[in-house]
Amino acid sequence: MKTLLLIAIGSAIVNNVVLSQFLGICPFLGVSKKTETAAGMGGAVIFVIGIASFVTSLIYKFILTPTDTQYLQTIVFILVIAALVQFVEMFLKKSIPSLYQSLGVYLPLITTNCAVLGVALTNVTKEYGILESVINGLATAAGFFIAICIMAGIREKIEYNDIPKPFQGTAIVLITACLMSIAFMGFSGMI
Amino acid sequence: MNKYTERLYNGIIKENPTFVLMLGMCPTLAVTTGAMNGLGMGLSTTVVLVFANLLISLFRKVIPDGVRMPAFIVIVASLVTMVEFIMKAYTPALALQLGVYIPLIVVNCIILGRAESYASKNPVVPSIFDGIGMGLGFTFGLTCIGIIREILGAGQIFGVQILSLDWFTPITIFVMAPGAFLVLAFLVAIMNIVREKMEAKGKPLAAPSGCLTGDCASCGQSALCTGKKSE
Repeated sequence: MKTLLLIAIGSAIVNNVVLSQFLGICPFLGVSKKTETAAGMGGAVIFVIGIASFVTSLIYKFILTPTDTQYLQTIVFILVIAALVQFVEMFLKKSIPSLYQSLGVYLPLITTNCAVLGVALTNVTKEYGILESVINGLATAAGFFIAICIMAGIREKIEYNDIPKPFQGTAIVLITACLMSIAFMGFSGMI
Repeated sequence: MNKYTERLYNGIIKENPTFVLMLGMCPTLAVTTGAMNGLGMGLSTTVVLVFANLLISLFRKVIPDGVRMPAFIVIVASLVTMVEFIMKAYTPALALQLGVYIPLIVVNCIILGRAESYASKNPVVPSIFDGIGMGLGFTFGLTCIGIIREILGAGQIFGVQILSLDWFTPITIFVMAPGAFLVLAFLVAIMNIVREKMEAKGKPLAAPSGCLTGDCASCGQSALCTGKKSE
């Protein structure tokens, strides 16, 4: 229990996926203009990474390891993730339309999100079991949710500020990310 | 200038992936803690890019249009796996430093972007040169950012102490995560000024594409993505 808690806090806050590992930068900069869309994206990422880390660790444990083909992990994981996202999208559309309404539009954007593949590979490198992998995946995605929501909140305020011309647009967002990253470094002594 | 040197010039200067197109930002932020890491990452991406362009251009008439993207991904992922093993065998220290970012070359938008926009439409030899040009441009960009961060953060270049620690206090934050965002922010701002100057001169630069603009239309992976712009 204690190890699981440590994994969760470590991945969600201390080693935040966006602010200290730089994974998933694209959606972090691209869809953080409004709080609602940011929350939708964050929710979709939690959903997809949760399922993806479960499925990839199952595949690694029960297919790749017994057949001694661990070296195929990158190829297998990226294809599984791409197929999985499409499948989840179709499933949600048919059976849970309300959830699809709120998360659906973001799902295809996640297919090639490096955070999903990054988590799957980290789970293997750190030799996590299936439960630990899922916890690590969910916590990482929660970290993404926290970061993108804070960023969207700040960006809504920034809009009304007087920013020097060259810094308008992406540059000021990156400065904001830098300051957030410094703030999150404060957690590094926690574990 | 013949068409091969034109490809090299295009990749390294005119459409430099880091400075002009602003592509591949995840590795740019993550591995540029030092010049050596930037160079290593850039060169391994170049190798993947050249061979991916070669293979994709070779098979461009065989691959059916409907399964184009999955086919590209399998080709790129296989190449990345090979590069990963070669690096683990011959440059273990660098491989350890770059860690998970080596397999993540698969999702680098430069590679799928070039496959989609150039290699799948052009003959083999120009595609190879396109790969070399783009790859060296990316290597150049990463190494430059690496040098800036290393000299500010540790007073070193390629691990050699340049600024004496007697009078220079390293600004350690530059080799840590926040420094990456800060350096990139200033890079974007400087490029905004350069862009404006060039436009005034009547020689506009190529528009940035990919992640930093938040614009889906120009993304290399837009063919794979059915969501497109969500706002």
